[in-house]
Amino acid sequence: MSTEAAEIEGPDILKEWVGKPRVYEKAFNPELYHEVQQFIFREARLQDIHDYDAWEALWTDDALYWVPANGTDTDPERQMSLIYDNRSRIALRVRQLKTGRRHSQTPPSQLARVISNFELLKSDSEDLKVMCNSQIFETNMRGDTMWASRNEYSLRRVGGELRMAYKKVVLINNNKAIYTLSFLV
Amino acid sequence: MDGGFKPKWDELIQPGRVHGSLYYDQGIFKEEVEKIWFRTWVYIGHESEVPQKNDFVTKSIGPMPVLMVRDMKGEIQLLLNRCPHRGNAVCVQERGNRARFTCPYHSWTFANTGELINYAFPEGYKGTDKSQLGLGKVTRIANYRGFIFGSMAPEGPTIEEHLAGAKRCIDQLCDNSPTGEIEITAGFLKHRTRANWKFILENECDGYHPAFVHSSIFSVSDSAIGDLYGDNAVAVTRDLGNGHTEVDPRPEFRRRDKPMSWFGTTPERLPDYVAQMNEAYGADRARQIMIDGTPHTMIFPNLFIAEIQIFVIEPVSASESIQHSTAIQFKGAPDINRRLRQQTMGSVGPAGFLLADDTEMYERNQRGLEIREPEYLFLKRGEHRERRDEDGYRIGHSTDDLPSRAIWEHYREVMEDK
Ligand code: FES
Ligand SMILES: [Fe+2]
Repeated sequence: MSTEAAEIEGPDILKEWVGKPRVYEKAFNPELYHEVQQFIFREARLQDIHDYDAWEALWTDDALYWVPANGTDTDPERQMSLIYDNRSRIALRVRQLKTGRRHSQTPPSQLARVISNFELLKSDSEDLKVMCNSQIFETNMRGDTMWASRNEYSLRRVGGELRMAYKKVVLINNNKAIYTLSFLV
Repeated sequence: MDGGFKPKWDELIQPGRVHGSLYYDQGIFKEEVEKIWFRTWVYIGHESEVPQKNDFVTKSIGPMPVLMVRDMKGEIQLLLNRCPHRGNAVCVQERGNRARFTCPYHSWTFANTGELINYAFPEGYKGTDKSQLGLGKVTRIANYRGFIFGSMAPEGPTIEEHLAGAKRCIDQLCDNSPTGEIEITAGFLKHRTRANWKFILENECDGYHPAFVHSSIFSVSDSAIGDLYGDNAVAVTRDLGNGHTEVDPRPEFRRRDKPMSWFGTTPERLPDYVAQMNEAYGADRARQIMIDGTPHTMIFPNLFIAEIQIFVIEPVSASESIQHSTAIQFKGAPDINRRLRQQTMGSVGPAGFLLADDTEMYERNQRGLEIREPEYLFLKRGEHRERRDEDGYRIGHSTDDLPSRAIWEHYREVMEDK
């Protein structure tokens, strides 16, 4: 992967929301870009149709699934997060959903999400670092809810296939009071 | 009260049954704001949320925002974020550190003790008494072991009188910390729900629902919670007075007689914490504290101490509320604090294994009340087996509606101005 990169800094006042500066890849590899997109579109589809087992199989063994609250670069070892799941807690989350008695997902939310604005970040390891935006339309018994987030992934090639080692979902309104979020975001 | 709106409280609230309109009527909600939220003691925040001089954080008293400030002298102030000039917000940050607040509209500047320091172009205010133009404040403020309460009424019972039997629960919580102090430092999850605040209030000590609402998580994790909320449970519900209620699991934990069993762990797994506890209290007392664990207590109207986390209930309207939740931290006990946070994060908030489903129930209850038959909710479970404990408090089985009945009796007294 090219080391040519651009650091994009936002104004200080936005740091809490856009996070610390990230270093973006300037080089463009269309094949890699396509492969990454296809992987994340597939993940989105599995989440939308509640295919829990297939979604869980996308994770690596050392996975971390993080949905922070009250900002972007909070310290998850000190501050409350909406989700801060290691691999075994991801499995527990999936097992709960599969009981059919996870009441907030019975019946399951009807979902369609749009993923866009893919950018590759400079990575210090073999893992691919990807940023993208997500917008999710949810409808359930309460009514209709729109969700929006900036997502960050670390993807790893395991046996030729991409896997998720890390997924961070920064809800744009994560400093506000939000409704129940029990589908896979 | 204005107009013809005069609810007949004795008809709406009867022994063991309450009318559905208490949860959806906007007129009743307005009455509650005046008589409960703007009159009785309400939990605001914890002093550890503003540790340094000039720290402030936005809190609320009922549906009204309040700035909890540690002023330049180190005193806690509860300021109202409304400029006395024309009502603008003097602060739009949720938290921070500042000695003064300047209103952006016409630049009036206030000290963080509330006094007006100066205004722009003072010539135009010749002869005006500045001391009358400070920020509004929550009229009374009280600190019980770090928990800050506010009341908008100029007089009334002291915080100790108000807390009644719930004082023991706050003490019990603090005793579980080797320093005798707890801290609230992890930030809050804010969970919005389209339901009346009293559904949340009543659910907190409802020991009847966990076996059903939370069966999904209990069945896939090794949770011993069933022993507390089963048909054969020895845990009790208790009316602590003034609308405060608890589920007291100590009979069960004392039967087990195993320190840290309340937290689903063993002393071996928390060696530093256990050593600190023995040091602080002596081995015998420490052992008893670590057997009994922390309380499960709902302090009327808005502070729920849920063993390892607190919830603060914020009413928004008759049919909308916000639950603020965070992990309790024991001051100076890092090894247990990490586990307290991890366990709390799994359980509570919009994505929590437990609270997502409780909140789903609140919303379904709320929608259910749109159906107008039967008009009343039925809260008589365990009425026949209520009894008194050795201290004279009313107790019941852990799955009984006793906490709801206690809440509604207190509520009726407050709403009837007794
Ligand atoms: S409204 Fe605040 S200075 Fe005018
Ligand atoms: Fe519950």
